[in-house]
Amino acid sequence: MSWAMATLIGLQGAAGTYLLLHRSLTRIILGIGLLANAVNLIALTAGGSPGSPPIIGEGGETADPLPQALVLTAIVIGLGVTAFLLATALRSWTIDGNDDVEDDIEDVRLARAALESDRSSGPDPTTSDSEFTGGLDEVPEAGDS
Amino acid sequence: MIALLALQGIVAMICLAPGRRSERWAIPVATFGMFIGFIWILTQASAVTSGEITTENWNWVPQLGLTLDFRLDGWALLMGLLIFGIGTLVLGYSHFYFPKRPDLGKIAGLLAAFAGAMWGLVAANGLFTLFLFWELTSVISFLLIGLEDRSSAARKAATRAFLVTGGGGIAMLAGLILLSSASGTSEISEILANPPTNGVVPAALVLVLIGAFAKSAQFPLHFWLPGAMAAPTPISAYLHSATMVKAGLVVVARFAPVFAEVPPWRFMVLTAGSISLLLGGMRALRQHDAKLILAHGTVSQLGLLMILLGVGTAGTTYAGVALLTAHALFKASLFLNIGVVDHQVGTRDIRRLRGLLRKLPVIAAATVTAGASMAAIPPTFGFVAKEKGLDALLKLDMGFAGTITVAAVVVGSAFTVAYTVRLLMGVFGNRAPGTAGHPPVNPARVKIPSWGFKFAPVLLAFLSLLFGLIAGPVGDWLGKVASSLDPASNAYHLVLWPGLNSALALSVVTWVGGSAIAWWLYRHERDADAGVGFATTLYDRSYNGLLLGARKITAVTHSGSLPVYVGVALATLIACFVAALAAGDLRDLGTTRITNSPIELGAVAVTAVLTVGILRTQRRFSAALLLGGAGYGLAIVFLSYGAPDLAFTQFLVETLVIVLYLLVLARLPEKFSRPPSWAPGVVRGLFAAAVGIGLALFAVATSAVRSDYPVGDRLTSLAEPAGGGKNVVNVILVDFRGWDTLGEIAVLAVAAVGVINLAAVARREMLRRGLFASAPANNGTRFGIRQSSVDGDVGPAPQWRSVILTTTTRGLVPVLAVTSVYLTFRGHNAPGGGFAGGLVLSIAVALRYFAEGPGSVRKLGIDPIKLMGAGLLLAAIVAGYPLATGGAPMESTIWKFTLPLIGQVKLVSSSFFDIGVYLVVVGSVVGAIRALVDTDETAGEANLADDLATDEVGTTR
Repeated sequence: MSWAMATLIGLQGAAGTYLLLHRSLTRIILGIGLLANAVNLIALTAGGSPGSPPIIGEGGETADPLPQALVLTAIVIGLGVTAFLLATALRSWTIDGNDDVEDDIEDVRLARAALESDRSSGPDPTTSDSEFTGGLDEVPEAGDS
Repeated sequence: MIALLALQGIVAMICLAPGRRSERWAIPVATFGMFIGFIWILTQASAVTSGEITTENWNWVPQLGLTLDFRLDGWALLMGLLIFGIGTLVLGYSHFYFPKRPDLGKIAGLLAAFAGAMWGLVAANGLFTLFLFWELTSVISFLLIGLEDRSSAARKAATRAFLVTGGGGIAMLAGLILLSSASGTSEISEILANPPTNGVVPAALVLVLIGAFAKSAQFPLHFWLPGAMAAPTPISAYLHSATMVKAGLVVVARFAPVFAEVPPWRFMVLTAGSISLLLGGMRALRQHDAKLILAHGTVSQLGLLMILLGVGTAGTTYAGVALLTAHALFKASLFLNIGVVDHQVGTRDIRRLRGLLRKLPVIAAATVTAGASMAAIPPTFGFVAKEKGLDALLKLDMGFAGTITVAAVVVGSAFTVAYTVRLLMGVFGNRAPGTAGHPPVNPARVKIPSWGFKFAPVLLAFLSLLFGLIAGPVGDWLGKVASSLDPASNAYHLVLWPGLNSALALSVVTWVGGSAIAWWLYRHERDADAGVGFATTLYDRSYNGLLLGARKITAVTHSGSLPVYVGVALATLIACFVAALAAGDLRDLGTTRITNSPIELGAVAVTAVLTVGILRTQRRFSAALLLGGAGYGLAIVFLSYGAPDLAFTQFLVETLVIVLYLLVLARLPEKFSRPPSWAPGVVRGLFAAAVGIGLALFAVATSAVRSDYPVGDRLTSLAEPAGGGKNVVNVILVDFRGWDTLGEIAVLAVAAVGVINLAAVARREMLRRGLFASAPANNGTRFGIRQSSVDGDVGPAPQWRSVILTTTTRGLVPVLAVTSVYLTFRGHNAPGGGFAGGLVLSIAVALRYFAEGPGSVRKLGIDPIKLMGAGLLLAAIVAGYPLATGGAPMESTIWKFTLPLIGQVKLVSSSFFDIGVYLVVVGSVVGAIRALVDTDETAGEANLADDLATDEVGTTR
C-alpha cells in the first residue's frame, strides 16, 4: 500500500460521490464509473504489495492473483452497467427531452396520499385498486407493442 | 392420526385443484372425507375410553429436531368426534345451502383443510405441533371469513380476525417456547406429568392464555368474532361456534388441571370468562340480525366454558367437558336453522320475520329444542350440563372470588335465557311493537326446505334433547373422556333430574329473570341498530392509525428523490467509517510508503488530474473522454501493480466505454443541465470529500491489518496441477471461480438485452415523433434533433467519411479478429483470455462502424443475441458436464495427445469455457453497439421504411 494509491482512491471516490449526487443521468453514470474505479483499486491494494504478474514461471515475488480475478470481473460488469445506464439516459432523453432523474412517481404519489388521508381521512390509497393501475397508465410508455 | 391429516389434506387438494371451474361434486367429496374421519375416530373410541392411548410421530425436519407428535387420548377423541361429526353434517348441509357458485371447490377444500388443521391441533402432543396447527386454523379461517372477497366488509372482518387470532398465536408461541425451555421437553404430556416450577412459568402461562383468549374470543380480544359472521352461515356454524373457537378451550382445558394454581392463571381465566359471559350476553340482547345474536351469544357461552374449563378442579373440568359438548350441538343446530330461515326467506332480521312458525314447523321445532338447550331448560342436555357446572362452581372453595363468579354465571345465564327467548320470538313469533319501520316478510312466499337441507339442524337439535334424556350413560362416557384431563373427573356423573338443590334454585332464578328481561325488551323493541362495540372501535382506530403512520413514515423516508436516497446510503457509509476510526482499527499506518514505484506515482498523478477535469467540465463529451483517459491511467497503475490481465481488460473496456458514450451522447444536449437544487454545492462537496477520505483510510487500513496468509497463494500452487494453466488469474476465472464467471457473463448478457430493448424503445419514440430526417412525416431539415449536438457526428454520412481511416480499418479489422482468437486461446498460460479476446473483437466492430458507417454493423449477418445464447450455453455445458461423469461441476479435464507435425498438444476443458465467455462478450458488446447505432438517424435508411410500416401497424393496432 502506498499513500499515492490511497490518494487516488480517495480522489476518485470523492469525485464519483460528488457526481453521483447530481440529477443529470450522464453525470451519475460518470460518477458510478469513478466510484467503481476507486473500489477496484481498494480490492487490488487489499491483496497486498505489487509484484510480478501471477503467471507461473515468471519468477520473483508474484502479486496476489485472487483480487486481480475479482477486479477483472468487476471491470467487465462495469462495462455492462455503463452500457445499460447509457441506454436508459438515451430513452429518458427521447421521451422527456432531458436526462434528469425525476423523483420516483410512485413514491411521490404515496407521500401525497398519506398527507391527503391525514387531512380528510379519505380512503386508504393502498387498498384502492385504481390508485395503482391508474398511476401506471400515466407514465408514457413508448412502443411496448 | 397422521393418516387422517393426510386424508384431509388430499381431499382439500382435490377440491381446490380445479380452481374456479369446480362443480358441485366438491362438497360431496369433502363430506365423504369428513365422514371417513368421523368413522375412523369412532372406531378408536372404545379403546381410548378404556384408557388406551396411542401416539404417533413423524420426523419432519430431523436436523432441527422438529417432529410432529400426536397423541390420541379421551379429550382429543371427543374433540375429533365433534370436528368430524359436525363437519360431516355442516358439509352435507352446505350442499343444499349454497347455490351453484363458482367457488364451491374452494369452500369444500378449505373446510376439509380446516378440519384437518383442527384435528392436528387437538391431537397434537408436541408444543410446536400444536402451534403449527393453531396458526393453520387461523390462516384457513381468514380465507373462509374473507370468502366474499369482493365485499370490503368481509375483507376487513377477515383481516381483523386473522390479526387478532394470529397475533394471539404469536403470544402463545412465545409462551410455549418459555414453557418448553423451562421443562426441558416439548411434549405436552410430559410437561403436564412433570410440570416445571421455575420463575418463567407464570409468564409463559400468561402468554399461552393470551393466545387462547384471542382464539376463543374472550374479552378483551372478543371483538373479531361478530365480524367473522361475514362468512356464509355454514362456515360460521362450523368455525365460529362449534370448532375453531374451541381451540383456545382445548388448550386451557389441558393445562388448567395442572397449572390453575399458578397465579395469575385462575384470576385471568375468571376475569376474562366472566366479562365475556356478561358482555356477550348484553350485546346479544341488542342485535337484530339473528346470526349476530348467536355470534354475541357465542362470546358469552365461551366465557362460561372458559370459567368451567379454566378453574382446573375435577368437578368444573367435568362440567366444562359436558357443557362444551352440549354447546357444540345446540350452537351448530341454531346456526344451521337460522341458515335455513335466511336461505328460504331471504333475511335474518328479526324485525322483519313473522309467521314462520306455520311455514317452517320442523325448523321451528328444531330451533326451539336447540334454544332450550342453550337456555338450559330441562330436559335438554344443555340443562344437565349447566346444572353440573353451577353445582361444581358452588362447591368451589374460593371465597369471595367464587361468589363473584357464581353471581356472574347466574346473571350471564339469565342473559342467555333472555336472548334465547328474544331470538325464538323474533324469528318465529309475531313482530315486536316498535319495529314498524321495517317491512315484514310475506310468509306465503317462503319456500318449504327439502328434508336434506333440514337434516343436519334437526339431527343436532334431536341430539341436544336425546343426550339430556339419557344423561346417565352419556355422563359416564364423558367422565372417561374428562379423565384424560383430570383423572379425578371419572368420579362424576350426569343425571337428568338432580333433585331440589341450590343449583336448581339458581337455574330457576335465571329462567325467571331471563324471561322478564326478554319480555321487557319485547315491549321496548327499538328500530335502531346496536352501535359498534368499544373494543372494535379501539381496534379499528389503532389499525387505521398504524396504517396511516406507516404511510407517513414512508412519505418522509421515501421522498422519491434519487440524490436523497444515495445520500442516505453514503451517509451510512461515512458513519461506518467514523465508527471504525473511533474503534481504533487504523493500525500500522507507519508501514505505508509514499509510493511503490515511479511508474505508479506518474500514473496516479495523471489519473488524478484527469479525474479533477471530469468534475470541472460542463460538456458531456469532454467528461466522457476525460473518464476514458482516467481509465487508461488506471490501466497503467494496474500494470505497475503486476496485473497485466487487469491492465489489458481495463484498457479495452475503457475504449469501448468511450465508444458507448459517443454513441449515446450524440443524441443528448452538449452541456449538462443545471445543477441540482436539493443541497448547495458546498454541502455536496463536503459530503463527497468525507466519502473519499473514508474510502482512502479504509483502503490503507485493510491492507495494513492483514493477518492471514492470502488465499491466492494456495490458488497459485494449484493452478497448474488442477487447472492446467500457467496464468493464475485466468485459471481462477474459468476454473476455480468459474461459477462467478458464469454468473457474470449471464449478467452481461442481461444488460445487453436491456440495452437493446431500451434503445429500441428510444428509436421507436424518435420515429413516432418524426425526429429522423428521412421519415416521411418530417420534411424539415436533415438534422432534426441533432442540431444541438455539434460534436455528435458519429456514424458519419458517406460524404464525410475519412478515406484514410476506411482503408486502414479494412486492413486492421481482420488482424484484430485473428488477434482476438489468439488472445482467447493463449489466455490460460499468458495474459489474455476470453474477456480480453471478446473485447478486442468488439473494438474491431466498433472501428468498422466509425470508418464505414452504421450499415457495416447492421449487415454483419450474425444475430448478437444468438451469439450470447450460444456462449452461455457452451459455458454452462462445460460447467455442468463433469456431473455426467461423476465429477464435480466446473472440474477441469486435461487432455494430452500428439498430433502429427504439430507435436505434443495439451487441451484443457476450461478453454472451452473461455470460448463461451468470448462469445458472450462479443455478442453483448456488439449487440449493444448495434442497438445504439440503430438510433442514429443515418442508420440503415433502407430499413427505415420497414420500421415505419411496422410502427404504424403497432400504433393502429
